[in-house]
Amino acid sequence: MVLSPADKSNVKAAFGKIGGHAEEYGAEALERMFATYPQTKTYFPHFDLGKGSAQVKGHGKKVAAALVEAANHIDDIAGALSKLSDLHAQKLRVDPVNFKLLGQCFLVVVACHNPSLLTPEVHASLDKFLCAVGTVLTAKYR
Amino acid sequence: MVQWTAEEKQLITGLWGRVSVEECGAEALARLLIVYPWTQRFFDNFGNLSSPTAILGNPKVRAHGKKVLTSFGEAIKNLDNLKGTYSKLSELHCDKLHVDPENFRLLGDILIIVLAAHFTKDFTPACQAAWQKLVGLVAHALARKYH
Repeated sequence: MVLSPADKSNVKAAFGKIGGHAEEYGAEALERMFATYPQTKTYFPHFDLGKGSAQVKGHGKKVAAALVEAANHIDDIAGALSKLSDLHAQKLRVDPVNFKLLGQCFLVVVACHNPSLLTPEVHASLDKFLCAVGTVLTAKYR
Repeated sequence: MVQWTAEEKQLITGLWGRVSVEECGAEALARLLIVYPWTQRFFDNFGNLSSPTAILGNPKVRAHGKKVLTSFGEAIKNLDNLKGTYSKLSELHCDKLHVDPENFRLLGDILIIVLAAHFTKDFTPACQAAWQKLVGLVAHALARKYH
């Protein structure tokens, strides 16, 4: 699965419009993921996962920053996320299936806050982009 | 045995009352065909699916989307018996339509996004969780008679 020039342009524009809200979106995506897919909480036994948790907000900020970084270096997502890819392979070892779940929740957050942004074409491009990020983060698993 | 809390049922039926089945159904199916283009394989006789614009405007897509979401409405009336509700449709999708059940999961995820875009802040995390549970169970019920 390859990101076309149109996909890249859609993703960059989308993140441009999301702007400073990315951190908030990251936190909300995590909150939704924990509520919708409780099995994902198993990766965070050390976190307070209650409503408004500072740890979830902080982690959401990190997740969002990585997505923004990937969007800003969309021609070389593997390069941009290489260290994160190592981290996930060697230390975190989050099962690959979970990246799709977080991706779905991120799209839901964008849809809730910015429905006009999520045209079918942009939806397709963002979905592909989130898949590509998940693929990069799990690429060194074995 | 599926267990629904009273809250989950309320989140589902409450939202459903505000859904335009024709609009949401058409949009969900169109987005499925746009976002996951390989799903077009089941719709060779639908005419022009050559671009997102063509898909969104395609009358067969709209009609079929409405049909699919209308069937969802039946599920919502029978939350405690999804297996029974979908038994015949499950056989149909296996024996006649030959649809990989993964497609039901894809459509379910798309429907969630359509609802989110429509209801925005009313589509709370609890609402999403209830609906995501529903679409998962519908997908499971539709796959149940496969052999």
